[in-house]
Amino acid sequence: MIPFLKNAIISGTPLTFAILGAMYNEKAGNLNLGIEGMMLLGAVAGFQVAVLTLNPVLALLAAMIFGALGALIYAFLTVTLRTNQSVTGLALTIFGTGLSRFWGKRLMGMTLPESFSRNFRPLSFPLLSRIPVLGPVLSVFIEQDLFVYFSYLVVILSGIYLYHTRFGLNLRAVGENTAAADASGINVTLYKYVHILIGGALCGLGGAYLSLVYVPSWQDNITSGRGWIAIALVIFTSWNPYRAFWGAFLFGGLDIVGFRIQTLNLPVKINQHFLRMLPYLATILVIIIGSIRKSTSHLPPKDLGNPYFREER
Amino acid sequence: MNKTVYVEMKNICKTFGVIRANRNINFSVYEGEIHGLLGENGAGKSTLVNMLSGIYKPDSGSIFIHGEHVNIHSPKHAIELGIGMIHQHFKLVDVLTAAENILLGNSQSVFISSKNKIKSIKNVMAKYGMEIDLDKKIRDMSVSEKQTVEILKVLYRGSKILILDEPTAVLTPQETDKLFEILKSLAKSGCAIIIITHKLNEILSVTDRVTVLRQGESVSTLETCKTNIRELTELMVGKPVSLSIERVHTNKGNLLLSVKGLTALGEHNVPVLDNVTFDLYEGEILGVAGVAGSGQKELCESIAGLYPVEKGDIFFKGENIVGYSPREIIKRGVSMSFIPEDRLGMGLVPSMDMVDNMLLKDYVNQPGITVNRKPAKEKAERVQKRLDIQTPGIYTPIRKLSGGNIQKVLLGREIDANPHLLITAYPVRGLDIGASYTIYDLLKEQKQKGVGILYIGEDLDVLLELCDRIMVLCDGKVTGITDSENITKEDLGLMMAGETLSSIKGGM
Amino acid sequence: MQIVKREGTSKKQLILIRLVAIIAAIVVSSIFIVFLGYNPVKVYINMISGALGSKIRFRSTLLEMVPLVITSLGILVAFKMKFWNIGGEGQILMGAFAATYVALFVEWLPKTLVIPVMFIVGFLAGGLWGLIPAFFKAKFGANETIMTLMLNYIATQWITYLQYGPWRDPSLKGFAKIANFPDHALLPKVFGIHIGFIISLVLVVLISWFLKKTKRGFEIAVVGESVSTAKYAGMDISRIIIFTMLLSGGLCGITGVIQAAGVNKTLTMNVSSGYGFTAVITTYLSGLSAPRVLIVSFLFAILLQGGSYIQSALQIPQAAADVLQGMILFCALGSEFFARYKVRFSSKNSKSSEVK
Repeated sequence: MIPFLKNAIISGTPLTFAILGAMYNEKAGNLNLGIEGMMLLGAVAGFQVAVLTLNPVLALLAAMIFGALGALIYAFLTVTLRTNQSVTGLALTIFGTGLSRFWGKRLMGMTLPESFSRNFRPLSFPLLSRIPVLGPVLSVFIEQDLFVYFSYLVVILSGIYLYHTRFGLNLRAVGENTAAADASGINVTLYKYVHILIGGALCGLGGAYLSLVYVPSWQDNITSGRGWIAIALVIFTSWNPYRAFWGAFLFGGLDIVGFRIQTLNLPVKINQHFLRMLPYLATILVIIIGSIRKSTSHLPPKDLGNPYFREER
Repeated sequence: MNKTVYVEMKNICKTFGVIRANRNINFSVYEGEIHGLLGENGAGKSTLVNMLSGIYKPDSGSIFIHGEHVNIHSPKHAIELGIGMIHQHFKLVDVLTAAENILLGNSQSVFISSKNKIKSIKNVMAKYGMEIDLDKKIRDMSVSEKQTVEILKVLYRGSKILILDEPTAVLTPQETDKLFEILKSLAKSGCAIIIITHKLNEILSVTDRVTVLRQGESVSTLETCKTNIRELTELMVGKPVSLSIERVHTNKGNLLLSVKGLTALGEHNVPVLDNVTFDLYEGEILGVAGVAGSGQKELCESIAGLYPVEKGDIFFKGENIVGYSPREIIKRGVSMSFIPEDRLGMGLVPSMDMVDNMLLKDYVNQPGITVNRKPAKEKAERVQKRLDIQTPGIYTPIRKLSGGNIQKVLLGREIDANPHLLITAYPVRGLDIGASYTIYDLLKEQKQKGVGILYIGEDLDVLLELCDRIMVLCDGKVTGITDSENITKEDLGLMMAGETLSSIKGGM
Repeated sequence: MQIVKREGTSKKQLILIRLVAIIAAIVVSSIFIVFLGYNPVKVYINMISGALGSKIRFRSTLLEMVPLVITSLGILVAFKMKFWNIGGEGQILMGAFAATYVALFVEWLPKTLVIPVMFIVGFLAGGLWGLIPAFFKAKFGANETIMTLMLNYIATQWITYLQYGPWRDPSLKGFAKIANFPDHALLPKVFGIHIGFIISLVLVVLISWFLKKTKRGFEIAVVGESVSTAKYAGMDISRIIIFTMLLSGGLCGITGVIQAAGVNKTLTMNVSSGYGFTAVITTYLSGLSAPRVLIVSFLFAILLQGGSYIQSALQIPQAAADVLQGMILFCALGSEFFARYKVRFSSKNSKSSEVK
C-alpha cells in the first residue's frame, strides 16, 4: 500500500504543477485551454537543456521559460488583442503539441546519464519505518525527490500568496470583478500578464517532471491528456491550491491503479484498455459532480472568460 | 471668503464613435461645496465624471485639480490626486469582505492581515458616523450597506474630492436622508462633493450649486437657493414641459389576475417572494414599488413561468397558471417585458435585426419547419411607425440603436401582440424625458383598451401619478396595497423599508 | 494610445484584414522555414504544386477536403449555440465504429443496403456520443469543453481495444489490424473521387438552409446569443441543446463513416487523424458560415496535402505542418482584433490621429 501511495504522489506531481498553472490563469480571469501545449513545451525544452548541459537547474529554468513563452503568446492575444480565450487556448495546444513533437524528434531514444538522474533520486529516511503508524504515512510524503519537494513548496507558497498578501487579494479581485479591480487602481493588464506567465511556467515544470524524472525521456505526446485533466481538476478543487495538491494525489493514484490491478491476480481480468480509460472517466465524473454541487463556495471567479475593456460603451 | 477651487474642467470634449457625449463643458467645484450635476439620462453626466475618475480620457480640453493642470491617465492616478468615485453600479467584489474591498489596490504592506489597518478603517468610520461590519462579505450586504463600503473606501484613501453617481437610485427615502447627512458632514470637513442625479428635489435639498447638462453641453450653473423646479426642468429639457402624467380614469373591468400566497425561493432557500397576494383588474395600472432586489424580478418571472414557484396560486382569468410553460402562458395573452440593469439582457437579441426580434415569440405558431419572415417584417414596420422608432432600417441589428429606441422596440413588440395582461418592469430605465412620456402615453392607451397592467418602477413620483393602485414589496413580502390618491411618498418609503400599511395608518 | 471599439466594418475592410492575416502568417511561417534551413519560396511552391499540380494530386486535395468540410459543419452547428464541442475526434471514431460493425459483422443485410445503413448508424453513433455531454450540460450546466475532450480519449481507447482484441483480424499474424471492408461496403467513386465528396457539398447546402430558414436554426441562433432571451421567448433550451448536439455529433459520425469506408477501408485509431481539432480552427476562421466553411476547408486541404507532399519531397517532418497550423491560427486570431477595434494615438494636445 505504502509503495502504491508513494507512486501516486510521483504520478500526481505533474498534475500538481499543471493544476496550479491553470489556477493562476483562471484566478486572473482567463480560461486557458493551452495547458497541454505549455506542458509539452516545458517537457521538451527541459529535456533538451538537460541533455546539453546535464545541469538540473538550467533544465528546470528552460522548462519554465518555454512554458511561459507559450503563455506569453496566449496572453498577448487574449489580454491585449482580446481574442476568444477558448479558441486561442486551443491554438496554443495545437502549436505546443506540434512544436514539441517537431523539436523532440531528434531527442527520441535519448536517455539521461546517471549523473543527472542522481539529482532526482527520492530521499530516504530509514528511521521513519521504525515509528509505528505515523512513520510509514509520513514516508509517503517525505521520501520523495527534490522536484516533488519543490511542488510542495509551490503549493504552500501559493496558499500564502493568494490569501495573505495584497498581491493575492488584488489578483482575486481581478478574476472576480475586473471592473472593480480597475476602479481600485489595480493595473489589470499587468496582473493578467504576470499571472498567466507564472501559470505557463508552472505548466512547463509539470511537463518537465514527466520528461526528466517520471519516464524519464522524451516521448511524443508525453503528457497524454494530463493538461486537460488539470483543467477539469481546477474546477473540482475549487481554485484552491491546497485542494489542488490532494486532487493531483488522487488522480495520480487513479492513473497507476491500472498497473497495480494488473499485478494482482484477480479472478476477472480487466482489459488494460479499459483501465487506461479510468482517469478520463473519473474526470467526467468530477465535472458532473462539480456542476451538481452549486453551493457558493465552489463557484469559479466571476469574470472568468470575459475580456476586460475599460472604454466599453 | 475666497474658497479654493478643487476641481476645474475647461472646454471638455469627448466623443464615442458618432455620439458626442461631452461638448465644451465648463465645470468647477469649490472646497466644502456640494455641487449637483443635473441632466437627463444620456446628457453626458457620467461621461464627464468618468474623466475625473480616470476611466475615460478627454478628447480635448483641460482639467485642473487644486489649480494644477493634470492628465488623469488611470484610476490609480485619480486616486493619488485625491479623487474618490462612488459608482452607481458598485465596483465591489462580492466574495470578499468589506475590509478586503476597502484595502483593495492599496500599496502599503505586503501582508494584509494587519490590525493597524483595521484600526485606521474604524477611525474613519467613527469620524464620519458610519457603521459597517468589516468582516461581512459584500454579497451578504444590503444595498445601503454596500454604498457605505464604497464611500468608506474612498475616504480611507484620503480622498478630498468625492463624486457620487446617482447614489439614491437604490435607496429608500429614509436611507437617502441618512446619506445626505453624511455628505453634509463631509462637506463641512472640507471635501468637495459632486453629486450626479436626475432627481430635482434632491438637487434642491442637498446641493449648494448645480450645473445643468443638456445633450452633452453645460447649459448653466446656478446657486441652488436661487432656483426652482420649473427653471431646472426647463434648463434640463430645453423647453417648458408639463410635468404631470395625468392619470386617465377608466372603469375597472373584470378580475384579470389573482395571485394568492405566492412563495418562491432563491439562493440558500431564502424566500424571494413570501406569501404574495394581490388582484389586478382589466383596465387598471397596478404599480409595484420597492427597493431594488425586493422580489420584483422574481414576481414578473413567476407570473411569466420563468421562475419556479414553491407555493401558492396564480389565477389568470380564472385559470391557475402555476407550472405552465412560458410558451403556454404567452399563448394565453400574458406579455412580460423586464428591462434589466444592462438593458439588453432579456427580451431582445442584440445582434439580430428588428424583423428577427419580432419573430421571437411568433415563430413557433407558424406552420411547418421553416420560418416565414414576411409577417414579422410587416410587424416591424408597424411597430416602427407606431412608436416612431429611430433606426437606419428594420434590417439593422438593434444593438446599434440608442437605448430609448431599443426599449421602444421591446415594448412595441409586446403591445402589438394585444395582450390581456401587460407586465412591464422599469420600461423607462435610462430613457430621457421625451421618450419616457411616450411610453407613459402608450401604457395609458393600453389601459383604456382594457388591458391590465402591472407596472414595476423606480420613480415614486411616476408611480403615484401613473398608477391607479400601488403595491409595495419589501424582502419579498407585500407591505401594503393602496390607492395612489390616498398615500404619500414618505409612507411609500416606510413601506419599502418594511413597515406595513396597517401599522402606518394605524399609528396615525 | 487608446483602443476604441469600431461601429461596424465594411466588407472591404474585412477582406483587407483577412489578407493582412494571411500575409502575416506567411511571413511568420517563412521565418520558421528559414530557421529549418530551407528556402521558403521553394517550400511554398512545392506545397502548392503538391496540392494542385496534377490531376492525381488535385484529387487527393479534394479527398482531404471532405472530412474537413463535414466535420466543420458539425462543429459549426454546435458553436453557433456556443456549445464548445471539442469532441469531434471521438464522434468521428464512434461513427466509424458503428459503420464497421455493419460492414463486417451484419451478415443478413442485402448488399445494396449496406452503405445506406452504414451512414445511418454512423450518424446515430456519432450523435449519441455528442449527446452525452449535451445531456449533462442541459441538465446540470456541466462544462462541455472538457467532457467532449475526455470522450475523445475514451473513444480512442475503445477503438484500440477492438483493434487489439475482439475485432483483430486473425489472418494477419503479428500485426494488429481490423479486417478490410468487403467490396460492397466501400464507397463508390465518381470521377475518381469517392461519393463522400458529393455528400459534403450536399451537406453544405443543407446545413446552410437549415440554419437560415428553419425554426430550429432560428432557435439555435437565439440560444447562442442569449439563453435568457431564448427562455423568455418560451424556447425549450434542453431540447435545443440535445437536438443540436445530436446533429453535431452525427455529422462528425458521417465523417467517420466516409473515412472508414472511403479512405482507410477499415477501422483504425487513425481514422479521425486530427480532423476533430482542425475543424475547430476551420469553423472559427469561417466565421460560423456554412458556405465559407467550404472555402476555408479547401484552403486548409491545400495546406495539409501540400504539407504531406513536402514531407516526402523535401524531407520536412509532418510536425512542422502542425506548427504552421498553430501559427496561422494565431495570426488569424490576432487579425480579428483589427476588425473589431481601432487604435488611436493621441498627443499631449489631445489632437488625435486614428489608425484604422
